[in-house]
Amino acid sequence: MSLSEPIPGSTIRAVHDDFHGDLLEVSMGPHHPSTHGVFRMIVTLDGEVVVKLKPVFGYLHRNHEKLAENNAYLASIPYTDRLDYLCSLTNNWAYVHAVEKLSGIEVPERAEYLRVILGELTRLINHCCLVGFLLNDLGTSFTPLLYSLRERERMLDMIEALTGSRMMCNFMRFGGLRTDVSSEWLAQLKTYLDTTFARYLDEQDALLTGNEILLARTQGVGVLKSDLAINAGITGPMLRASGINYDIRKVDKYSIYDRFDFRVPLGDHSDTYDRYMMRMLEMHESVKIIQQAIKDIPEGPFIDPKAKNRGLRPKAGEAYARIEGPKGEIGFHLISDGTGNPYRYRVRPPSLINLTVLEDMCLGQTLADTVIILGSVDIVLGEVDR
Amino acid sequence: MSASSESILEAFPLTIRDWLASVVPLDWLQWLILSLIGIVAILTVFGLTFAFTTVTERKLLGRFQNRLGPNRVRIFGIRVFGFFQPFADAVKALTKEDIVPAAADKVLHFLAPCAMVAFSLLGFAVLPFGKHLSLLSNIDAALLYFFAAGAASELAIFMAGWSSNNKFSLISSMRALAQLISYELPLLLVAVPAVLMAGSLSLTGIVVNQGGDLGILNWNVFTPWGFAGFIIFFIAALAECNRCPFDLPEGESEIIAGYLTEYSGFKYALFFMGEYFGMMSLSGLGVTLFLGGWQAPCAALAFIPSYLWFYAKLIVMILCFIWMRATLLRLRMDQLMRLSWKFLVPLALVNLGTVTFWKYTADWEGGMLVARWLIAIALVILPFISLGKVLSSGLGPRKYRYA
Repeated sequence: MSLSEPIPGSTIRAVHDDFHGDLLEVSMGPHHPSTHGVFRMIVTLDGEVVVKLKPVFGYLHRNHEKLAENNAYLASIPYTDRLDYLCSLTNNWAYVHAVEKLSGIEVPERAEYLRVILGELTRLINHCCLVGFLLNDLGTSFTPLLYSLRERERMLDMIEALTGSRMMCNFMRFGGLRTDVSSEWLAQLKTYLDTTFARYLDEQDALLTGNEILLARTQGVGVLKSDLAINAGITGPMLRASGINYDIRKVDKYSIYDRFDFRVPLGDHSDTYDRYMMRMLEMHESVKIIQQAIKDIPEGPFIDPKAKNRGLRPKAGEAYARIEGPKGEIGFHLISDGTGNPYRYRVRPPSLINLTVLEDMCLGQTLADTVIILGSVDIVLGEVDR
Repeated sequence: MSASSESILEAFPLTIRDWLASVVPLDWLQWLILSLIGIVAILTVFGLTFAFTTVTERKLLGRFQNRLGPNRVRIFGIRVFGFFQPFADAVKALTKEDIVPAAADKVLHFLAPCAMVAFSLLGFAVLPFGKHLSLLSNIDAALLYFFAAGAASELAIFMAGWSSNNKFSLISSMRALAQLISYELPLLLVAVPAVLMAGSLSLTGIVVNQGGDLGILNWNVFTPWGFAGFIIFFIAALAECNRCPFDLPEGESEIIAGYLTEYSGFKYALFFMGEYFGMMSLSGLGVTLFLGGWQAPCAALAFIPSYLWFYAKLIVMILCFIWMRATLLRLRMDQLMRLSWKFLVPLALVNLGTVTFWKYTADWEGGMLVARWLIAIALVILPFISLGKVLSSGLGPRKYRYA
């Protein structure tokens, strides 16, 4: 009786059986307004209800892993920018984290604080984008997207002021960062988060989070059961929306995350609305982390002066390091044979692995739902295809 | 139709028309000219309104979205905040290549945009634009005619979707038909109360019924049933025009551009034109049924000609359409139908009861008058709350736990 009522796939089936209705196979993508890049879904429809969905990807394959195996360790950092091009800093971080683990490089205190600040800033940027694009998929005429992108622009301005680039930052180095951060920059960031960004979050909550149509469109749509989420290796906000308390910042306590006071939001309904809300709530927590980090950041070197970046030759061995990226667990697995470039270089892309459950979430939902479910998975094709 | 007692401004369009007709000596030719003038006037006024609505919409959307909107186009070095944009758009649409898919049904593919514009223009024939301005003022069943003509434009959408031979277009045209069937009903049902009060199916009669000493308070929208009717009418009109949040046939996030996917160049522009004409004629009907038509809000403002009042109200309605588009999200197909059949249609039916009560208690005085208002308001509010509860059951903001 209510708008939230899911379409009972079985009853629709029965009606259609009487009419001997044909199924309609629609190829959505690779050129489609809402597949967030060159992603393709071959959707089989019964009326408007999805009975089968086959994801096709690889249109943006750039041979990332093989390229890195032929490059010096340092030369791969700018390539990692281009994996998930919305959050280049966390990609950098995961990669240098792996190399540091492989070759036993220590990171100075100040650099760790700055990495946390930049990592959480990246999370804000990513979640802003996600919320905006998800609402765009829900059929708003760009309005919430443009408000989100306005905030993203402001944060990108900050990042540009620091790294010289808006998206392809190439900022992390083994043992630290490329340059130091001025105290003015930190003060500016703090002011921005306290005023403008806080206003944005409040506005978003007030105008959209309780919107009846948003609730009707997202609640109960695209449910991802927690056992399936675990079995499929889902990570990040998507997993937490399914109620599993798993945040690598809390589990591994990598870097200096054990020093900050922040909470991990968990969803109880595992649906698209929960996935949307996870992002909204995580933004509040990220703001808290950045504010604490700016308050506590010590003086000191921004990079370990002894750390070797150019011509790095780690001892033979292997290392896997992971961090909690905005989209989930982003990890790098490196095998060194003692030469200047890795013997094997493997990325664990959260976008790709989170995408694997797309069909399970979409079955029995309507065509319009597949788009928002895909939007709530949060993929960047640069990372899915590599 | 002499207008000697009216002000010169009020009679101005008629004066022009009579003068033009008098130039022609022949009787039968005079009759032809008289009807042609009306048609040309409607096409010009609403054609220009369409052009400037598109640019206003884009400018307003821009402002809603924290940007400027189109502001580059200039003619002879004059740039009126980009308000020459529609002319540039028209030139662009006319000069673009017209692509017809190889597998399309070429005849239907060509006919669909023509039908869209033609059908959407039909509604203007019966709208009373001013005291003396109505093309077919002598039609008694004007309202029925309006709905019959208005529904035909969905046929054009179906033609477009079917002939394009594109799966997205097909889905879109199916959606358009389902939407039409769902929303024509509440639209008709909320028009009935106005008919009941006026005792006439003639739109002119309905407008005249909303006049009187009280001015603006005589408008149907300022009665309980009229207010509810106007809101339902507005929602149903949004759906009828395929406007956001009911733009499912065009639902760009899932079916690209729906029935428009395979259209380019001027055919595309014609669909646009048809959509806007439909929006304007439905707004015109809303103004006629609920907002007093061409009546001025109070006697002191009656010196402004009636057709300007009508036009101003119509523009306000259209601005509300644009506002909705900038604000709302799109519903899903099943939710759209549920909203109609389980919410709007029952409310509209209850509204019929409310208006009957209103009509038969017209002579209640004093304390009874207060009771009349209270009962009527209750008849509107209670079903709204209870049906709304059912509609949104299971939905709501959630509390989240933290680990």
